[in-house]
Amino acid sequence: MASDRTLSADERIKAESLATRLMKRPELGAMGGVVLVTIFFLITASPAMFTLPGIMNFLTPAAQLGILGIAAAMLMIGGEFDLSIGSMVAFAGMIFGVLVVNLGLPLIFAIPLTMGFAAAMGALNGAIVIRTGLPSFIVTLAFLFILRGASLVGLKMFTGGSTQLRGVREAVSGDWLAPVFSGDAFGGLFRWMAEMGWIGKLRSGAPTVPGVPVEILWFIAFALVATWVLLRTPAGNWIFATGGDRNAAQNSGVPVRRVKISLFMLTACAAALVAIITVIDSGSTDARRGFMKEFEAIITAVIGGCLLTGGYGSAIGAFFGAIIFGMVTIGLTYTGFDQDWFQVFLGGMLLLAVVFNNAIRKRVTGER
Amino acid sequence: MTDPIIHMENIKKHFGNVIALNGVTFDVRPGECHCLLGDNGAGKSTFIKTMSGVHKPTEGTITFEGKPMSFDSPRDAMEAGIATVFQDLAMIPLMSVTRNFFMGREPTKGRGPFKRLDLEAANRITMEEMRRMGINLRAPDQAVGTLSGGERQTVAIARAVHFGAKVLILDEPTSALGVRQTSNVLATIARVRSQGVGVVFISHNVRHALAVGDRFTVLNRGQTLGTAQKGEIDAAELQDLMAGGQELAQLEGSLGGTI
Repeated sequence: MASDRTLSADERIKAESLATRLMKRPELGAMGGVVLVTIFFLITASPAMFTLPGIMNFLTPAAQLGILGIAAAMLMIGGEFDLSIGSMVAFAGMIFGVLVVNLGLPLIFAIPLTMGFAAAMGALNGAIVIRTGLPSFIVTLAFLFILRGASLVGLKMFTGGSTQLRGVREAVSGDWLAPVFSGDAFGGLFRWMAEMGWIGKLRSGAPTVPGVPVEILWFIAFALVATWVLLRTPAGNWIFATGGDRNAAQNSGVPVRRVKISLFMLTACAAALVAIITVIDSGSTDARRGFMKEFEAIITAVIGGCLLTGGYGSAIGAFFGAIIFGMVTIGLTYTGFDQDWFQVFLGGMLLLAVVFNNAIRKRVTGER
Repeated sequence: MTDPIIHMENIKKHFGNVIALNGVTFDVRPGECHCLLGDNGAGKSTFIKTMSGVHKPTEGTITFEGKPMSFDSPRDAMEAGIATVFQDLAMIPLMSVTRNFFMGREPTKGRGPFKRLDLEAANRITMEEMRRMGINLRAPDQAVGTLSGGERQTVAIARAVHFGAKVLILDEPTSALGVRQTSNVLATIARVRSQGVGVVFISHNVRHALAVGDRFTVLNRGQTLGTAQKGEIDAAELQDLMAGGQELAQLEGSLGGTI
């Protein structure tokens, strides 16, 4: 094995330190960000922020955004953008509202139908991008307006003039599927923990936190599944390859078109899932639902380590990106700062993340 | 002498009124390196694209392992065992060597929803195949972007051979490489040849071709000017054939015979 030794020891390549190896993980930036933001709020915010109710408070919006952000991250790794995610939330919310309120369908039919509609719109997005070869940025920008407008017109049509459709909560109450998409999970466990005195109690004896909001569970489950798909399945390899270099992937036998269209369908379905959860939660749907969420989702993905050029990123990164987002949005209310600093903060984070990601990419590919 | 794996007889290819190939005859035997030489615009690219199933010939016959064959797509040709390493290599710099190696043909284990990448096997095979080509990777998860041009070329060749190539078409593999890397790639070609693969080596560098080639075919203006065995022809003759004769001789005179 002497020849092997001489071959493997190339004097020009230094052994990699643990730090360098860590640097190459796309989600490192977002994890570091979570630590920094936590330290910042530990110093500036009132201690209430890091009690159990406080944590649930910022994890709930983080989860809703995170579901969109993880899907957006997967699409970005595949080399495309979807700017219609936010409008898709409103559109899917309208479809769902009409199905359960106007048509009175039970959730077991209404949810798959809503998902089906959304997936069809996603597939249409993807098909147009692939057929025309236009940047997805511009195609989905068109859909941002088309879907938002369609939601407005549709809502007015179905409600007889209002842009809000009420009565969802009444329509779904008692439905056996409703607990999967609304309310809090593990209620019994939390009541028991409150009795044991491990978590805070209200005067009535009920726990201060009734359970884990279901969207948080969806968020965690989606992050785990997405990470597994990206890193441990052939489909994940195809997504990275498609985003990294479309031609190379195609020449190597990767079904590039199928990958891209599936990813567009995934982002649309993620938007539909968020729509279903939030519409049941608030009991009504309106045309402004999901406003600006497309940008927030992309910011989440970028903070999570996705490159705008595709082919690099992680779902776990987007997971932490969404948590940063939630912490900053809600956290500022626990501090003495003006809440409107939020946007400044966010823009700063985005800028920092992009610069950081760019440096990481150069390191990974060994560019100088 | 063994029978050729692929034999292309009198291939013609027209694009509208442009005649790209006008009667090319070419064959490859197992375990030989057949060099296809030609200047820019001689029709080398069109010819290898016809061989690898991208173009269908307007006229002429392709015989693959003794049977007439017509490839409808590059996939068909790949499945039959004709692998092409194009100049862009079909490699993704941000992805690891292993992931590039198995791109589109990932090994899996488990079944149903638990079907997953067999990363250990993939890493092991990649390391082994690269070692057989004389390259010791630092780690299989090293990004392809960190490899040198010659190493990337070797990954592409190793990949083609691992997936059962009988004919390996290399499109100007040495054109953008330094001296050291070129000799590595030429050594790789020699290794692949000794495994019984028929190598088609496209180049316009006569010296690189002479270093590894067993036979030489020169393409000029869409036609083959004949095939020579190793030892029958020297660099100057090949050079002249490629350029089509006298003008180059004059040029070379004025440049002191350095081309």
